[in-house]
Amino acid sequence: MSITKKEIVNALVKSMDITHVQALSIAHDFFDQIKQMLASGESVKLSGFGNFVIREKSARPGRNPKTGEIVEISARKVVVFRSGPKLKLATQKGK
Amino acid sequence: MKKTELILNLSESANLSKIDAKIAVEVILQELTQGIVSGQGVEIRGFGGFYKKYRKARQGINPKTSERTQVVEKFVPFFKPGKLLKEVVNKA
Repeated sequence: MSITKKEIVNALVKSMDITHVQALSIAHDFFDQIKQMLASGESVKLSGFGNFVIREKSARPGRNPKTGEIVEISARKVVVFRSGPKLKLATQKGK
Repeated sequence: MKKTELILNLSESANLSKIDAKIAVEVILQELTQGIVSGQGVEIRGFGGFYKKYRKARQGINPKTSERTQVVEKFVPFFKPGKLLKEVVNKA
């Protein structure tokens, strides 16, 4: 089972002197802050974890896999996550 | 934005002391890390998911010395942006 906001809220309640309601708003705000920052075009760097950066993609031709039709994929901005060395090292080991 | 700014913003929006906001950020990052490392994965609605991906062992070449080396199999962290995040980023 994957970890969701619920597990994060539980972890916050366990390690801090706060209520569930407060923890939920903290968890919500955490991801909202990151989202807003990325929406404004700024990257987010969290040392010990990784960086969220915005990458500009230029338009390219694509194909509708169902119909085989050639369509233009418009230029767009995408979020890319670059994991930090600490996270990479921790992930690498586990089977 | 760096972690210290995120902590400051969070302490304002959630009405927390800076120390508590820092603890909260560290706890959340720790949970995310654990979710990735354990292989369970993390899913945050509207934001995205964190998973780990398998990378096969392969032949690598040291670009400096052009020496051939074996790169062992491993897992790498991976983030899949959620639909909402994709939309707000692309609108900007």
